[in-house]
Amino acid sequence: MGEVILTMNDIDKSFPGVHALDHVHFDVNRGEVHALMGENGAGKSTLMKVLTGIYTKDSGSIIYEGKEVEFHNAREAQDAGVVIVHQELNMVGHLTVAQNIFIGREFKKGIMIDDKKMNEEAKKLFERLNIDIDPTATMSDLTVGKQQMCEIAKAISHEAKVIVFDEPSAALTEAEIQELFKIIRDLREQNLGIVYISHRMDEIKVITDRVTVMRDGGYVGTLITNECTKDDIINMMVGRVIYEEPKTKSMVAPDAPVVLKVSHLNAGKMVQDVSFELRKGEILGFSGLMGAGRTETARAIFGADPKESGEIFVNGQKVEINTPEDAVKAGIGYLSEDRKRYGVVVQKTVAENSTLATMDRYVKGIFINKKAEHEITQKYVDSLATKTPSVDQLVVNLSGGNQQKVVIAKWLVRDCEILIFDEPTRGIDVGAKNEIYKLMNKLAAEGKSIIMISSEMTEILRMSDRIVVMCEGKVTGELGIEEVTQEKIMNLATRDIQ
Amino acid sequence: MNSKELGKKSILTKLGGQKFIVLLVVIVLFAFFAVASPDFRKYTTVLSILDYSYYIVLMAIGVTFPLITAGVDLSIGTGLICYSLAGGYLVVQCGWPVGLGMLVSVLFGIAIGALNGVLISIMELPPFLATLCTCMITRGLGSICSKSFGISWPAASAPGGWFRSIFKVTLGNTKYPLGFLWILLIVAAMAFVLNHTRIGRYTIAIGSNKEAAVLSGINVKFYHIMAYVISGFFAGLASIAYSAVFATVQPGTGAGFELEAIGGAIIGGVSATGGAGSIEGALIGVFVICLLKTGLPFVGLQANWQQIITGLVLIGAVLVDIIKKRREAK
Repeated sequence: MGEVILTMNDIDKSFPGVHALDHVHFDVNRGEVHALMGENGAGKSTLMKVLTGIYTKDSGSIIYEGKEVEFHNAREAQDAGVVIVHQELNMVGHLTVAQNIFIGREFKKGIMIDDKKMNEEAKKLFERLNIDIDPTATMSDLTVGKQQMCEIAKAISHEAKVIVFDEPSAALTEAEIQELFKIIRDLREQNLGIVYISHRMDEIKVITDRVTVMRDGGYVGTLITNECTKDDIINMMVGRVIYEEPKTKSMVAPDAPVVLKVSHLNAGKMVQDVSFELRKGEILGFSGLMGAGRTETARAIFGADPKESGEIFVNGQKVEINTPEDAVKAGIGYLSEDRKRYGVVVQKTVAENSTLATMDRYVKGIFINKKAEHEITQKYVDSLATKTPSVDQLVVNLSGGNQQKVVIAKWLVRDCEILIFDEPTRGIDVGAKNEIYKLMNKLAAEGKSIIMISSEMTEILRMSDRIVVMCEGKVTGELGIEEVTQEKIMNLATRDIQ
Repeated sequence: MNSKELGKKSILTKLGGQKFIVLLVVIVLFAFFAVASPDFRKYTTVLSILDYSYYIVLMAIGVTFPLITAGVDLSIGTGLICYSLAGGYLVVQCGWPVGLGMLVSVLFGIAIGALNGVLISIMELPPFLATLCTCMITRGLGSICSKSFGISWPAASAPGGWFRSIFKVTLGNTKYPLGFLWILLIVAAMAFVLNHTRIGRYTIAIGSNKEAAVLSGINVKFYHIMAYVISGFFAGLASIAYSAVFATVQPGTGAGFELEAIGGAIIGGVSATGGAGSIEGALIGVFVICLLKTGLPFVGLQANWQQIITGLVLIGAVLVDIIKKRREAK
């Protein structure tokens, strides 16, 4: 580990009503991977935005390569060698790989952009990084993993000395993550300072040298990764030890009635002859690899995508579900994996979102009954422990976990008996994750029936009463929680692939 | 998607995709009208189709830039009349040389384009609203510029009438559509700008992923304004084409021209959601509209039908774009 390349001292930043950063300290050495951790809303991204000049700090100082600096925008930071690889990929889908890498600083021949030279330079860059990507491919044709590699290549082409990875692994497959780690290790060898923001505890242990934890905008502490345990880090993040006990046996009564029966459902390649039953008070886990057809199955049941054939029974009655409206009428609520796109209307308030699916109940004549809307929303804000200053807060201002709770509230207000949770804790930090788990267990205990689609093995094992495994559009097996092991699930999940 | 699948492009894509289909449509339409009506086959008809296409093509080339940024410019139609009236008034009433009048038309267009750009890029008005407002403003301004009278730019035989031969030149007893040559050159030049210069590339970047463009350190505000300046500049050029082709320019007209230009650009393959588009496509797309406009009366369908059919064709073009996107998303 080399000398310090970047130090952020006593950084303070307030937004109207929020003390976003409270005298935070952070530093990175050359040749070091330094993890920055904390729950959503802890201030990690804000701190990095202050570093790269997207936000202006109220007080404190940033020392970079021995000199005090203040960048005014991302460009200035880039030019000085401080680059962020953003969580949401910042690529222009319609342009090629090389055009993206050199965007904003194209090589020119007269007034013409020299695409040939850009392709050559991009190729050299990929060779240096040992990445196999065609510089002339259109960006939107690449997988998310490859796109991320391009983003990293772009960062490196800036002669970066400090690279910030903002939750780089969130959208990557296991193999892609390994490739990412290889690149990060190479960069560490080359004496760069690397900041690694992630929620995944396992990765932190594998790839980082030090860990700095933030909580509620404040600095909690810095640990040497090798000398601490996961629990140490979690404790620092949430300030208390938590975690729901994993299930060892099914909590469902043996004679619990079947509330949802899906029979020979077909919908395109991703849903082939899917049949299963869901019982009252059950949490039915849906496991499988990415692209196994779980989300597609859920969407077909919910009426969001057209079905080709198959029957659905709710409480023994056959129901025709052709639109989400039909599904909601039948008492089925769907919590999408992509909250921002399908789950909440972020520019509306907590109250407006909570009653979105039940509007007709809160309308008196032509007016919305604000009082009743507020009361019911408050009730669920309290019972779900949603962290929001008021029910009039815009959802966009809430953290991921709390947005998820607003979606749950929406379906509870609607009295849905069957809830489909699609990746309920994606992008949510440990503390909030556990709250969502508790909530799901509570809902099940109250007699709601839950289908939980999850790609996280621990989540499946922790939460499910029974597990359905899918592979390439087919159900390949069903396991009770008493008999399940990771190996059994993986066997079923890969059954059709070999 | 792996590299093998990437290499597998359909023949259609190789031929230019939507552009190619639209070119076929143009040919089929022309053949249909030519077979159906002997009058349509006449050289003079072809000449007049071209005459009436120039100003729409020029507007379409310009408006392609705002469209690619996922915006729109509704001010070009009334703007065109306004710029023509302003330039024409100076020429006819104040005795300015024709060349200077034309320059005024173009500069006026650039100014309104810059205004649109500032409203949209700096003030962050939605493009639809901003250009709807400047559409109304230019309509009023046009009337004020000409004191509410129609303006007739100098006739071909009159002093200063030389400018009309920019678009249609008479050699011997035959008239030649010289304007079409200029159009082809301009299309080539602007296609180069769109595909091989910064302005073009950043226009695409803004329309495809503005946030990414900002974070890449591009001066997005400037290039966003430039898209509208280009649109205004071409509305100015279109006003010259209009002045040269029509005997009289009437204040209060022009509303609706922009729809033919925008429609042409979209039929030619500009994505309805921004990020993609081509100048050649806009040229071909405009000809679909021009052929319908000129051809349908020859087969006994009047102007009302032409508008209905153009509208339907446009819906079809946008649907093609949307269906294509949906397929890609799957």
